[in-house]
Amino acid sequence: MLPELNEDLVRSRVARRVAKEFGDGDVVNLGIGIPTLVSDYIPENIRVIFQTENGVIGAGPAPEKPDLRFIGAGGRHLTLLPGSALISSDLSFGLIRGGHVDATVLGALEVNQEGDLANWMVPGKMVPGMGGAMDLVTGARHVIIAMTHTTKKGGAKILKKCTLPLTAKGVVGLIVTEYAVFRIREGKMELVEIAPDVTLEDLKAVTEAEYTVADPLPIMQGTEEE
Amino acid sequence: MDAAKNCRKLKAIDEAIGMIKKGSRVLIGGFGNAGDPKKLIEGLCISGTDELVVMSNDLGSPNEGLGKLLSNNQVRGLIGTYYNWNPEVAMAYNEGKIFVELVPQGTFAEAVRAAGVGIPAFYTLSGVGTEIAKGKEEKTFGEKTYLLQEALKADVALIKAHKADVLGNLVYYKTARNFNPVMAMAADLVIAEVDELVPGGELDPESIVTPHIFVDVLVLGGGDR
Repeated sequence: MLPELNEDLVRSRVARRVAKEFGDGDVVNLGIGIPTLVSDYIPENIRVIFQTENGVIGAGPAPEKPDLRFIGAGGRHLTLLPGSALISSDLSFGLIRGGHVDATVLGALEVNQEGDLANWMVPGKMVPGMGGAMDLVTGARHVIIAMTHTTKKGGAKILKKCTLPLTAKGVVGLIVTEYAVFRIREGKMELVEIAPDVTLEDLKAVTEAEYTVADPLPIMQGTEEE
Repeated sequence: MDAAKNCRKLKAIDEAIGMIKKGSRVLIGGFGNAGDPKKLIEGLCISGTDELVVMSNDLGSPNEGLGKLLSNNQVRGLIGTYYNWNPEVAMAYNEGKIFVELVPQGTFAEAVRAAGVGIPAFYTLSGVGTEIAKGKEEKTFGEKTYLLQEALKADVALIKAHKADVLGNLVYYKTARNFNPVMAMAADLVIAEVDELVPGGELDPESIVTPHIFVDVLVLGGGDR
């Protein structure tokens, strides 16, 4: 049996684990949903520069008094940290396309074992739009998916093949969920960390994709801080 | 106000909006609720000018901001990146009332820039292997395959800046900058709504983001807060 986790724990566990992926000085773009929370868990000895695609390099946490004309791409209110810069959308995506962003963290509807990603078009709903997702996942040097392990109905999201329209092919490098961490290299997926109280059998039952298991297999980083 | 007296580009909102013809391709700045030219959009709604192709990041919310143009049936088509905030877009599209061309946000920004700087098309990785690649030319450089994206030019650009001097040099405010500077380069007629008009020479030349030669008409907005 998989452990029953409340929604807040699911979100904080995923965000806390993702936050351990960055090096000092990394430029990072956070998507909406769970990825937004990652900035709350950056280790104290690491300085991450948050970039938002609508034009901020060096975005800081929410202010006490919101400024409606200073928002992140997900609509979160921002502050400017010392040394930050304000830029236009074309330059912002120039940074992304040009490989100057170290990592992007995004949610996903589906990911497959070869690193294909589907995260912009919900079945049966036409025309919502991909926003900056296609640019981010093809431009950033490292693509991290932060998401719940299954759909709300318990269906697998980590698949052999994506069924929804793709955002990009073969771009995902790391998948972090509340149960596990998978790394994808050269089209092959490996389970690299597992959450406490989750067995390999439990995990397999909710993960359609084929993957190898790291040996030894460590417990998921950050869960000891919960 | 002296600055207003000395500004040959300054017009009333209805006069500026009157320059937009039915059926125009109109670039409109803004990202969510920041940096959209609210007074110009309001004026465009009041004018009733229709058959417009609106080229913008998103389309606000239903019956609000840019969304109002669609609620008013003034839109023939949309070229943009993200319509999750306005469910009326999907409805109008599914009913066959409008066409929608989805463009990845970075490709959209660069395609507008390309139009402004005289580049007819460029290759990009965004969208390769996805539905939006259908019908687009592909080319391999090195080990990667890229998609050809044509420049996106418009008849009119409606943009929002924070301050203008009397010549039309513009500076922006935080994330209300977004697509506005690049759109200022990519249309035959550029109308900028500004919070404040200042005398010539008051803006530091080092700080000017959009040089005045891109700006045809200035209007005074209400000063968003």
